[in-house]
Amino acid sequence: MSVAVLVVSERVVGEVPDVTFELLGKGREIASALGGELAIAVLGHQVGELPFGAADVAYVVDDPALANYAASAVEAALAAVVEAASPKVVLMSTGTVGLDLAASLAARLGAPMASYAVDVATEGDTVVATSQLYGGKLLAEVALEGSPAVVSVIPGSFAADAGRVGGAPRIETIAVSLDGAGARGEGVREPEASGVDITAADLLVSVGRGIGSKENLELVQELADALKVPLAASRPIIDQGWLPKPHQVGKSGKKVKPQVYLALGISGAPEHLEGMRSAGTIIACNTDPKAPIFEVAHYGTTVDLFDLVPELTERL
Amino acid sequence: MDIVVVVRQLADLVEELEVNDEGTDIDRDFVKFVANEWDEAALEEALCLKEAVGGTVTVVALDEPDVDQTLYAAAAKGADRVVKLTGHDPDGWVRTRERAARVATWLRDQHPDVVLTGVQAADDLDGQMAGVVAAYLGWPHAAVVVVVEPAGNELTVTQELGGGTVATSTLAMPAVLGIQAARQAPRYAPISRIRQAQQSTTIEEVEIDEPAIGAVASVRRLFPPPSRGGAEMLEGSAAEVADKIVEILRARGLVRA
Ligand SMILES: Cc1cc2nc3c(=O)[nH]c(=O)nc-3n(C[C@H](O)[C@H](O)[C@H](O)COP(=O)(O)OP(=O)(O)OC[C@H]3O[C@@H](n4cnc5c(N)ncnc54)[C@H](O)[C@@H]3O)c2cc1C
Repeated sequence: MSVAVLVVSERVVGEVPDVTFELLGKGREIASALGGELAIAVLGHQVGELPFGAADVAYVVDDPALANYAASAVEAALAAVVEAASPKVVLMSTGTVGLDLAASLAARLGAPMASYAVDVATEGDTVVATSQLYGGKLLAEVALEGSPAVVSVIPGSFAADAGRVGGAPRIETIAVSLDGAGARGEGVREPEASGVDITAADLLVSVGRGIGSKENLELVQELADALKVPLAASRPIIDQGWLPKPHQVGKSGKKVKPQVYLALGISGAPEHLEGMRSAGTIIACNTDPKAPIFEVAHYGTTVDLFDLVPELTERL
Repeated sequence: MDIVVVVRQLADLVEELEVNDEGTDIDRDFVKFVANEWDEAALEEALCLKEAVGGTVTVVALDEPDVDQTLYAAAAKGADRVVKLTGHDPDGWVRTRERAARVATWLRDQHPDVVLTGVQAADDLDGQMAGVVAAYLGWPHAAVVVVVEPAGNELTVTQELGGGTVATSTLAMPAVLGIQAARQAPRYAPISRIRQAQQSTTIEEVEIDEPAIGAVASVRRLFPPPSRGGAEMLEGSAAEVADKIVEILRARGLVRA
């Protein structure tokens, strides 16, 4: 049987991330629909006993050049796997590895690609993806005619359980020359431990770009102080240098799961939601009634945060 | 170091986005177009690199609504050259694949050491720019880049992997980088300086023929996400909403009665 779906294992360090199993779970459905095998690409060095989840076949490139992550080297390895497996569909995530490699791989292959997918399905032989555009304000249903259809999926779009169920896949070892890749990995650094731990709090006051300026942060800091909880923030607040990195919630920040998450002036971009969508209760304040944050929030208000926050502080 | 920064215009996400009559694109007639925020970070990083090691910064964009303003602003911030690529419908949706192919066509005649662009744009349906430009040129690339350091004829870059973990790698030049954040927040160009740049800067125009881009995703339908019920909206004045929120916190024992 030929390979229908190739899932790219996105492990760089540590454990295989959830998203790989999410993709394997969805990949199994698509492989069944297309009548082919589910494969996983594992690219690294001394990969050892990595789980292959639900895959029927594992393509392994184990090379010292992959000991440390470097996009172009991993891409060359992946291209070799795609050539060997010749899948109809390649599934990656819009995590770093997917952001790095999915589009360039597709362009090199002259293959169709959909980014920011939240769903993937088949209609006969055609792969149909549903992608989030404009920060989640619109969805696009797109048909991918041509092989392989490359789809990069937003983490958290599918359940991981079905993909975790392990079998005993056939192992195919692929040897590639990675000398000419033009890049070498130098190593990986884990985040430094710091004083604030926004992941431990039961309640978080979280602020986004709606706050407007650094000076205005004082307003939300007063509220956080009154509640005796840490102040969390979306990425732009950190990138502007208004708060240090350990305060960031989201894909490249911390994953938080407080009982209550109070989101003030945050639009709800997919990368932010990745970090906070499993909070017990989400209360969102955003003047734009169409802001995507209201889709995940349990309670919402379109009152201006500059009016709401002082009223809240006053009551505590 | 000669740096090219690829920038673009994008519908302002703060605006209401309507779908056009065909249901396959946004209605561009009533949209405000602004510079892609990640490209602003790429430009900032380019200017910082030039300040650190010398060289030139060239900013290139496709012809798009209000792009001249963005190019003049780049000149006002310190770009040495600004270039506009024409030869496509300036009012339509140019997908990433085609955009990248047009930019790559132009780049083939340039000899930059590094190309910087934003890590993504909110309508990158068929992938993110940096990797595609690199694919067309056969150059190394990296996305989600937060640190760029020249080291001889190589570049050392740091990429975010998620959750605060970062990976460092060394790339041969020329390379294409998708910038996530510059070493500092993008500088601001006062309107007076942009006006001055408008007087003193010429936007070079280069016509690019339609490139071949292979199979791409075809949009069948563009639509607002079906509401999953979403939030229970708290109505009333700020004071009334504050009362309700405090009530919710109190019910969960998060503030004392
Ligand atoms: C690889 C990658 C990783 C990323 N990682 C993260 C991450 O970890 N965390 C993260 O947050 N983002 C991350 N992002 C960025 C993300 O895509 C968004 O750009 C970001 O989340 C937007 O932040 P925001 O909601 O604060 O700002 P905006 O999207 O600008 O939203 C501001 C909101 O404030 C509202 N507003 C304005 N004024 C007021 C007012 N007076 N009162 C109430 N509301 C008001 C507006 O209506 C708007 O909805 C990442 C992006 C990439 C590409």
